[in-house]
Amino acid sequence: MESLKTYFSGQRGVYHGIAIAVVVAVFALPFITIDAYTIQLATQALIYVLLALGLNVVVGYAGLLDLGYVAFYAVGAYTSGILTTRLGWPMWATIPAVVAACVLAGVVIGGPTLRLRSDYLAIVTLGFGEIIRVTAQNLSITGGPSGIFGIPTWSFGSWSFNDGLTVGGLFFNGKILLYYFVAIVVMVLGLIGIPRLANGRLGRAWRAVRDDEDAAEAMGVNTYTTKITAYIIGAVWAGLAGQLNASLITTISPTSFQFLQSALVLMAVVIGGMGSVPGVVLGALFITLAPELLRDVWENRSLMFGILLLAVMLFRPKGLWPATSILPWSRDKHRAKVDTKPAQARAEEV
Amino acid sequence: MSLPMIDPSALLTTHPEAVPRPETLLEVKNLRLAFGGVVAVDGLNMNVHRGEIVSVIGPNGAGKTSAFNCITGFYRPDSGEIAFMGKSIIRTRPSKITRMGMARTFQNLRLFSDMSILDNVRTGAHAHLRQHWFDAFLHTPAYRKTERACEEDARYWLDFVGFTGDTLLYVTQLPYGEQRRVEIARALATNPKLLLLDEPAAGLNHTEKRGLVDLIRRVRDLDIAVVLIEHDMGLVMDISERIIVLNYGKEIADGAPDDIRANPLVIEAYLGAGDDEEPADGADQASADPGQPLPPAPPSLPEASATADRSDGGEARR
Repeated sequence: MESLKTYFSGQRGVYHGIAIAVVVAVFALPFITIDAYTIQLATQALIYVLLALGLNVVVGYAGLLDLGYVAFYAVGAYTSGILTTRLGWPMWATIPAVVAACVLAGVVIGGPTLRLRSDYLAIVTLGFGEIIRVTAQNLSITGGPSGIFGIPTWSFGSWSFNDGLTVGGLFFNGKILLYYFVAIVVMVLGLIGIPRLANGRLGRAWRAVRDDEDAAEAMGVNTYTTKITAYIIGAVWAGLAGQLNASLITTISPTSFQFLQSALVLMAVVIGGMGSVPGVVLGALFITLAPELLRDVWENRSLMFGILLLAVMLFRPKGLWPATSILPWSRDKHRAKVDTKPAQARAEEV
Repeated sequence: MSLPMIDPSALLTTHPEAVPRPETLLEVKNLRLAFGGVVAVDGLNMNVHRGEIVSVIGPNGAGKTSAFNCITGFYRPDSGEIAFMGKSIIRTRPSKITRMGMARTFQNLRLFSDMSILDNVRTGAHAHLRQHWFDAFLHTPAYRKTERACEEDARYWLDFVGFTGDTLLYVTQLPYGEQRRVEIARALATNPKLLLLDEPAAGLNHTEKRGLVDLIRRVRDLDIAVVLIEHDMGLVMDISERIIVLNYGKEIADGAPDDIRANPLVIEAYLGAGDDEEPADGADQASADPGQPLPPAPPSLPEASATADRSDGGEARR
């Protein structure tokens, strides 16, 4: 009991505690209300959280300013849409295809662009984002400007998510079941997995490349492959979010993958705090929920939203929850536990 | 007044040590690098042997850092040959050269500013750390094992360079001298055979410089050859077993500290020759008679050039 208390007052413990609380709260939401609007909004927010988690790998950890992230979201959505509607594959079977398509797209887009740095990279990724959209608009297999409609839901054998499921006397319809709970599961996977990656050998290389590319190269980090790995992981993640979204709204068209989407996700990452997982979750929730919550408060909600964004950037330039933040009440405990004697001595002096 | 005529070839003595070094680590032949019309390195020849301490000196703009950048793979030389441990490393990625056993530090500190001290040094172990990202994702026993070994390694090197502070601080929270130490620890964590230090003493105070001399000697005792670019003559004369002097991208002298100190070509390079010319470098040294041997530790010369040299590195910054 005592050790649990110590654990949850340390930096890691606080993070874990908050994460568990958030996941439990999110999980409990449909048991409190099955209001279609609330669940739909919450699902949309979760999909943005997924996108932000993925873009955080690219922008936050590897420091690659990607203005065309929505391209991979589109690749995932279109791959699953085409395979299910044109070839009649079940939705689950398209997962490997989505992953493969996104890896391929990551290599094709990242291969030439990742030789560039900062501003140039941003411009080129912006261009590629548009290329993907315009391609989808002009190919017949992607349905042209009208896109793909009637994308089926997930089915396993004779049971599909449309049939719904009764849990503990409560009936959950297909929308809530899949699109909400599956989004939670994928989010939890990201919340656990991405920080783990970031703390390992690969993650250190990402952060080293972000902080100083030449110095990273001098440390034996092949900056090119390191950057492309970050790019591919971000791409696959966005592709899975795209697949989820495609099956949620059943219709995809080029208009759903405009630059504004990339900008919004990037905004979520920057506002939350680049390279900080709790930060980007907060940022994504802010981006999706704030306009909706402001709806009741004020008519000119877009203006209000803009002012809020400005305020965040002015007063928290490193984000709402910066990656470098140390929780004030856990500081000394954390240090004393991990560090060597001199630090302990120093902590006692203070 | 003019300098006595001396046959330059007589000065280019090769390796005057009494004890022969068996193994040549680094061999640079006829290295040439030009930026447009400016020839930064012009036919440089130099060798570094196993476990020796070599200094590369020369006036500002002599091509020292450019030569370093060619050797470590950051610049691609126009012509010439560079061999490290018998293998040509021309057109090799810097990261691969590091993996082969050559580590470097930078003229202007280039630590990873948003990473902790421990993470900075652990990044140095990147090349020889056998860890798959999937292991990191799943936190498998293999991940724990490799990560523990990596951390122990990093702490060993931090200890070795004499860093005693809190390793979880961000590097930007450290004073300058400590940051220098961390940078050397980071380079050592790559397990090098050859360590290139670009102005390691710049910006250090007297005590810190003494610590640096001691550190470089202890590095050498680990059978790691050290090559340093340095402007602090006192430090250079004190520590070097051999000194290579560059001017206008060429090697003008190579020898033991005492020979270099008395070498007229070196004195000319530093103080300029001829009556009508202003001395090219270290203008405040003009009072010193160019005919005299270079003073053992001309304090103002290195200090002035060290600060002036800060911006001339020509390292491509992001």
